[in-house]
Amino acid sequence: MNPELLKMGAYIGAGLAGIGSGVSAIGVGYVAGNYLSGALRNPSAAAGQIAYLFIGMAFAEALGIFSFLVAILLMFAV
Amino acid sequence: MASSLTFHPMEQFTVSPLFGGHEVHWYTITNQTLWMAIGICCILLLLVIGARARALVPGRSQSAAEVFYSFVHNMVRDVTGEDALPYFPYVLTIFCFVFFANTLSLIPTSFAVTSHVAVTGLLAIIVFLSVTILGFVKNGAHFLELFWVKSAPWYVRPALAVIELISYFVRPVSHSIRLAGNMMAGHAVMEVFATFAALIVISPLVGVFVTPLSLAAITAMYALEVLVAVVQAYIFTILTCVYLKDALHPSH
Repeated sequence: MNPELLKMGAYIGAGLAGIGSGVSAIGVGYVAGNYLSGALRNPSAAAGQIAYLFIGMAFAEALGIFSFLVAILLMFAV
Repeated sequence: MASSLTFHPMEQFTVSPLFGGHEVHWYTITNQTLWMAIGICCILLLLVIGARARALVPGRSQSAAEVFYSFVHNMVRDVTGEDALPYFPYVLTIFCFVFFANTLSLIPTSFAVTSHVAVTGLLAIIVFLSVTILGFVKNGAHFLELFWVKSAPWYVRPALAVIELISYFVRPVSHSIRLAGNMMAGHAVMEVFATFAALIVISPLVGVFVTPLSLAAITAMYALEVLVAVVQAYIFTILTCVYLKDALHPSH
């Protein structure tokens, strides 16, 4: 197959994988927003839940990291 | 004209030998080795020499060491439980190493140790292997209940088992790339803004507008990066605690 065409496809794929990063940012924002709305309802319980906030953010972020990994692999490994 | 002042934002992550030569072997002392060693010296300075006095009313350095110690101690106790306290020294080691590697990389012209997946990947793989072995040693075959969700209806359990198995094995990947990616991205962005700030040297007319803006952007990004460096060290450690919890109490 034409190597130039292959490279073009890989770069287009890497750009499409960037969508995944953006969508996972929505997920992280959801976690933070829900934490904040819960914390404003019951401020006294907020400090104890901050570990769960970061765990939830980390898990939501993980899928964005996979799309970043796919983009990096397409750009440099294919 | 512009070619005389070209910067490459990824150039700062090049591993190069300190004492001449270009080849990197496993024994070569590189800038990576140097900044890891500086990080470990800082940990020793804080936790061994700083806390040497063991005073009842702690001094400045001893208070800082105690803050580190009690912060991670509380994290392990709250997230993982009392029975995980024997593994607390390992978690403290991870936190100190990642924390100092992250924060030392914010010094201009220093080298970002944790921006390399080779470093964070090794940390994550050691966590993954030790947690898996610990789970089997502590629970035997019951450790496999982690993948068999008892609270779900029976007909979705096989599908859930596959998902749980996949999510278990991608843990070291997300664990390591989260840290490396965050550090790498932040440093690359600061380098890009630094390139724009140098524009005044090439073209004073454009630079008069661009340079102050990019200097302000570097300042703002630097503040954000200080936050990111601390938060990523915290997240790396707390995820280690979560994985440890799964190994000690595998049933859902």
